[in-house]
Amino acid sequence: MDNQKWEPKIVAFVCNWCTYTGADLAGTSRMKYPANTKMIRVMCSGSVDPVFILKAFERGADGILVSGCHPNDCHYNAGNFHARRRWDFFHELLDFIGIEKGRLQFSWISASEGKKFADVVSKVTKDIKAMGPFTNYQKMNSEFTALFPEEANADSEIINQIKETVL
Amino acid sequence: MKELREHAKELLEKGEVSAVIGYSQVSEKRTKPIIVTDPQDTDQLVFNEYCLNNLAVYLTKARIKVSCRTKDKTLKLAVTAKPCDVHSVVALIQENQIHREDIHIISFNCHGVAKDFGFEFSGDNIASKCINCETHKPLYFDKIFGEEKETPKASDDAMERIQEIERMSHQERFEFFKNEFDKCIKCYACRAVCPLCYCQRCITDKTIPRWIESSSHMRGNFAWNIVRAFHLSGRCTGCGECERACPVDIPLSLLNRRMAIKAKKSFSYVSGRSLETPTLVGSFNEKDNDELFM
Repeated sequence: MDNQKWEPKIVAFVCNWCTYTGADLAGTSRMKYPANTKMIRVMCSGSVDPVFILKAFERGADGILVSGCHPNDCHYNAGNFHARRRWDFFHELLDFIGIEKGRLQFSWISASEGKKFADVVSKVTKDIKAMGPFTNYQKMNSEFTALFPEEANADSEIINQIKETVL
Repeated sequence: MKELREHAKELLEKGEVSAVIGYSQVSEKRTKPIIVTDPQDTDQLVFNEYCLNNLAVYLTKARIKVSCRTKDKTLKLAVTAKPCDVHSVVALIQENQIHREDIHIISFNCHGVAKDFGFEFSGDNIASKCINCETHKPLYFDKIFGEEKETPKASDDAMERIQEIERMSHQERFEFFKNEFDKCIKCYACRAVCPLCYCQRCITDKTIPRWIESSSHMRGNFAWNIVRAFHLSGRCTGCGECERACPVDIPLSLLNRRMAIKAKKSFSYVSGRSLETPTLVGSFNEKDNDELFM
């Protein structure tokens, strides 16, 4: 792929109470930040399971941002404290296995920090752009999809079924 | 050996425990786990350098098997445990999976075990967990046997391998683990044999949505091995059973040990050492390191 045209895909898991509201503020304040980030709203940074991260990589993400409330600001009192310990281990494990630390980044952004949200997203996008596409994982993905097309599409079928029943 | 058998017999005859989980000799350099419920069977019990299994695994998920054998619901169990297996028992008690008063720990003064069945116990064939072992005497026990002996000297190859991997670039590390995980056949022996992998329903068995792909392709293998190592980080007591049970010899203890080093370095925590302290990942401290977060 031509590196000039390539744009990274970044997934952000953001907490409902702080970062999502912070992102909202960034939007209503008309701040500019790169549009590479796809946001997924979760209830707490402590509710982001590491398999979400792996799944995002499996679906072709080049980088991931996990963001929640500042320590002591958690809506559930201790969610982000638990998350902090867990992410510390997970980050170190991925690093040991050979996934660069910059691919998975973390931040605390409160509801009033619209500016910080724009800055963090810009920084993450810049970092991932510098690192280039996550070819290691994407190579595995394309191999997998070629070998097991049914299993690769199993999840989207389930999602479609849920959509049909709910909507 | 005689004392161990007498003690087990006494426990069963007095009805203090409903079963004794122990080792029995299969051949010269091989033992197997045995669940003794009849006092007359206690003469099968042994303890030597070839008692490799971590019997703490029979206290949680395989406990159903034990209770079927004993037909007793108020099960108090006696477990034969090496000092390192006692760490697993302690970790299970810390995580509220069992109660201390329900378990009768029979332990030994240990000077190391062989790396696998069929190997003569010596400095060359010692299990890697025994090389820098600091607990030759169990930390918790109800009864202790055996005399103190010197552990054979050996070099710590596993530690050297970890350092070697850390000197590699990320690309090389990824290739290294890709080659290792490529061998995985998803038999889940590592899960079955681990005393701390006690979930009734494992995340890899969940199918809607399927978080971890079940075909033994690299992508699912990667996810499985990362998740397994992560779920044990800060909890693994380093018994090394996963690596021994692995039919394709994936160096799983490299990952476990690397995370144990991290736990010790960042939180000065070693899993399964104290009944009083809370578990590492089950607790938190407001003063934890915040460097990771922007």
